[in-house]
Amino acid sequence: MSNQVIMFISQIFNGLKIGSVYSLVALGYTMVYGIIRLINFAHGDFIMVGAYVLMLTIPAIIACGMPAWLSVIPAILVCVAVGVIVEKAAYKPVREKGNNMTALITAIAMSLLLENGSQAIFGADYQTIPTIIQIPSIAIGDLKIDGATIVTVLLGIIIMIALQLFVSRTKQGKAMRAVSEDKEASILMGINVNSTITLTFAIGSGLAAVASLMYCISYPQVSPMMGAMLGLKAFVAAVLGGIGSIPGAMAGGLVIGVVESLTKAYIGTITGGVITSAFADAIVFGILIIVLLVKPSGLMGEPESEKV
Amino acid sequence: MLDIKNLCVSYGAIDAVRNISLHVDDGEIVSLIGANGAGKTTTLHTITGLIPAKSGSVMFNGHDLLNERNHKIVTYGMAHIPEGRHVFTRMTVQENLEMGAFSLKDDAKMSDDLDMVFGLFPRLKERRRQLAGTLSGGEQQMVAMGRALMSHPNTILMDEPSMGLSPKLVKEIFAIIRKLHDEGITVLLVEQNAKMALSIADRAYVLETGVITMEGDAKELLHDEKVRKAYLGA
Repeated sequence: MSNQVIMFISQIFNGLKIGSVYSLVALGYTMVYGIIRLINFAHGDFIMVGAYVLMLTIPAIIACGMPAWLSVIPAILVCVAVGVIVEKAAYKPVREKGNNMTALITAIAMSLLLENGSQAIFGADYQTIPTIIQIPSIAIGDLKIDGATIVTVLLGIIIMIALQLFVSRTKQGKAMRAVSEDKEASILMGINVNSTITLTFAIGSGLAAVASLMYCISYPQVSPMMGAMLGLKAFVAAVLGGIGSIPGAMAGGLVIGVVESLTKAYIGTITGGVITSAFADAIVFGILIIVLLVKPSGLMGEPESEKV
Repeated sequence: MLDIKNLCVSYGAIDAVRNISLHVDDGEIVSLIGANGAGKTTTLHTITGLIPAKSGSVMFNGHDLLNERNHKIVTYGMAHIPEGRHVFTRMTVQENLEMGAFSLKDDAKMSDDLDMVFGLFPRLKERRRQLAGTLSGGEQQMVAMGRALMSHPNTILMDEPSMGLSPKLVKEIFAIIRKLHDEGITVLLVEQNAKMALSIADRAYVLETGVITMEGDAKELLHDEKVRKAYLGA
């Protein structure tokens, strides 16, 4: 294999790695949107919450002689709790009294609360997270793939398959799809709509916690604002895939990850240095604008009249 | 039995249903007829808790439905087939039917129940893997009825089952209603097609702008001069 091909393949893998993180976060956006038509702007910040829990619990977990990645369990528990509390305390009352716009603004408020709250507690600086896993890289000929990349991508795939099985096969998963399509008919079936919404928030927040583990394996640092940009890109992924569509969020996240990675690697060469890799984020958000202009329902979404 | 007393429902300042009382005895078919906007759908929605009542009472086999959590009502044996079918369009026919059985604790008998519904609506069996949104209106009505039956109801509220269907399909649907009645299921039927609704029912109520203006034996109402003029176009 020539050097160029090797570089290209490893860039694809880099893209899939960060793309799996985007996918898991995008799933949270898309599931919540699907069920209550709300863009949960605080969702990106759940990653940050998860990352701080990792930072705080890893030393204790290691001290107990357990592998560091087990700290994902407290991270999931805390994120689920935060997600469910945000839904019950902030979104539910607003949903019952106000309209979509009030809910959207409440979501932005929750995001600011989480960001500034953690800044008040932990300070604004980046803090490092201890090493979570150490896996040797795999070499295929001249191609070397980082062990963390393989673990991240595999974990992402496993979770996405599990989630897909959950919504397509289980009674609760089907109820979730039913509620997201027609609340009144769901009530008539005997489905408790409120507890189904709570479950959706719990799953979305739990996925965000797993995403923070996957992210911190490769980028072991945490700051109060880390969820903002990650969350925004995952949101772009959800819109690209078609917000409300679970397979769409998975595909959208991977596409955004790969586009971002390839942009960083090649845009400078292709444009002769006019556009540099610093523009990678601009390209990602450019995708959002193009999707909204050309196909607002996204790659896999249902055409719908109501959009936020 | 279902017993509604002095029910009032309003949307903001507008009174949609004013002080109505009606009852449906076990095994009866009772029709609620009236023009568009008379409050028929509002009445059904209030019974199953989709909208709150302002005052009055709705008792169903000893349960005070107005003070129940709405998703519990189906577990008391009351199914509601809403106007416009409200099938889950992005789910398959079979998944729709499975959702009908959501309230049942025991999933073991699910396949027997599916066979029962497919026996009643053979067309649904052919289309069980198809998304419900791709079905015709008549087929969607069958899904909605089959879905309701999956919860083992003793009483079914039906809202405009004939709406938008061809005369042939309307006959088919009404034949099914009669069959369910023969099996002992109680039916409260809301219809704009007053002729069909009165022919099938034991008793009927006429609702006009939120008030019950007439009630009685369905066959007598069918021949009543005022009813004929107002609702039967004769």
